Amino acid sequence: MESQERSPVGRAVTLPPRPESGNGHDPTALGTHDTIEIEIRDVCLSYDGTTQTLKHINMDIAKGQVTAFIGPSGCGKSTLLRCLNRLNDLVDGCTMSGSIIMAGLQILDRTLDVTALRKRVGMVFQKPNPFPKTIYENVAYGPRVLGIHNKAQLDDIVEKSLRDAALWNEAKDRLHDNALGLSGGQHQRLCIARTIAIEPEVVLMDEPCSALDPIATTKIEELIHELKKQYTIVIVTHNMQQAARVSDATAFLYLGELIEFGQTEKLFTTPEKQATEYYITGRFG
Amino acid sequence: MPLHTDSQYEEELQQLRAKVLEMGGLVEKQIGDAVTSLIERNSAMAHAVIERDHMVNYLDVVIDEACIRLLALHQPAARDLRFITTSLRISTDLERIGDIAENICERALELNQESPLKPRPELPEMAEGARAMLRDSLDAFLQSSSDVTASSNTRATLQDSLDDFAREAPDLALSVCQRDDRIDDLTAQIFNAMLSQMQQDPEYASRATRILFVAKYLERVADHATNIAEMVIYLAKGKSIRHVSPLPDSV
Repeated sequence: MESQERSPVGRAVTLPPRPESGNGHDPTALGTHDTIEIEIRDVCLSYDGTTQTLKHINMDIAKGQVTAFIGPSGCGKSTLLRCLNRLNDLVDGCTMSGSIIMAGLQILDRTLDVTALRKRVGMVFQKPNPFPKTIYENVAYGPRVLGIHNKAQLDDIVEKSLRDAALWNEAKDRLHDNALGLSGGQHQRLCIARTIAIEPEVVLMDEPCSALDPIATTKIEELIHELKKQYTIVIVTHNMQQAARVSDATAFLYLGELIEFGQTEKLFTTPEKQATEYYITGRFG
Repeated sequence: MPLHTDSQYEEELQQLRAKVLEMGGLVEKQIGDAVTSLIERNSAMAHAVIERDHMVNYLDVVIDEACIRLLALHQPAARDLRFITTSLRISTDLERIGDIAENICERALELNQESPLKPRPELPEMAEGARAMLRDSLDAFLQSSSDVTASSNTRATLQDSLDDFAREAPDLALSVCQRDDRIDDLTAQIFNAMLSQMQQDPEYASRATRILFVAKYLERVADHATNIAEMVIYLAKGKSIRHVSPLPDSV
């Protein structure tokens, strides 16, 4: 496996036995042929020490697939996504338990080198946030930080990343222009290029299209289909049709619990749980 | 099941259901009258059925448009999606049954030009069997869609009884599918009877051929009723039993 060639980050641990699924769903609901990229086991999280934002989440995220998290505002989907690259660490008073394992790496381990983790688990945010630098520098920034200074090598990385992010044709003649001159949809593709320039294994996307128009949204969705050939993608979206269009597996969260997790097609035509049915048919509230 | 947050959507789903049921009722009447006009040699009734076919066609178009509109504007999911796609398919089957009613009447009018043949007991049995299959498939649809679109003034107790009602629907639909074989057997019996009659005396050929057509039409009605019943099972259970042989014992 490719990940074994990478320099080990944090302590390798033996996988704990699978806990009994507490909320009645099968964490291994995915097809048997799927390789697991991330194992989420009994994850609980609280921001204030009293309110449980995530309650005993168990889930296997398959390698090379797009997994979508859906649910109403406040259901914990973004929180769960941010657990995968430890972004919740930035919140004071946030406490977590359980385990998240990615290729033997204990993501929730306090001694883990978080920067190294975030190299392997990249993230694209709701609001595109390019650096106020040139297009080239935006993409080259990550590789430079990681110690790549060879001009030819950087040129290759920038071109490949922009091509993979479907931005090359629009950007190739203006690589040294300020990135802020691009449109909103191009900004988001630039942020995707910047994320994949450091070759992560997993790309997290938190509402990547909610600030974009329908055409830019379609381009990002098309891009997601392409990117999953090389990366495992986890996406949070409020747009259920988007989840239905782009994802292979969908998880429905409600009030901090994982209500249902399964193949997207199944979940949107014949969900198992009534709460899922109510949510996706618009019977909530 | 709670109502949709979007009341316009809820209303449109209810209207769609009402239209499918209206079309079902009309087609049931068409096929019933067509069979009566044949058995009772009632040409006036046959003409009336032929006259009314445009109403069936009209409802088919209305339902099609309503389904396409719902699919385009509301991106339905789960049970709503199954309800809409099922309605779309059921209306197609109903429209075909409407055409068949018209065909039966055309044959009845032709037969009425000649002296009656000795009645075959299989034909009324087939007609009754096919009509019962149609009625039960539509009842199953009525039942299984009752919890999709509960009217907004439905009280909890009534809702409970509707839910009970809905639980029986897949069994009723399955029984429709199971009855199709009997109709096929009767078709074969009529075929053999008509064939031997024609062999005895070619004089019978014109009438026997028409009776044969009617048998085939009724056999098609049973097939369409079976299609409707299969769609109802999909609506209720999210499970397809189409082209499954042998049929499951339960769903």
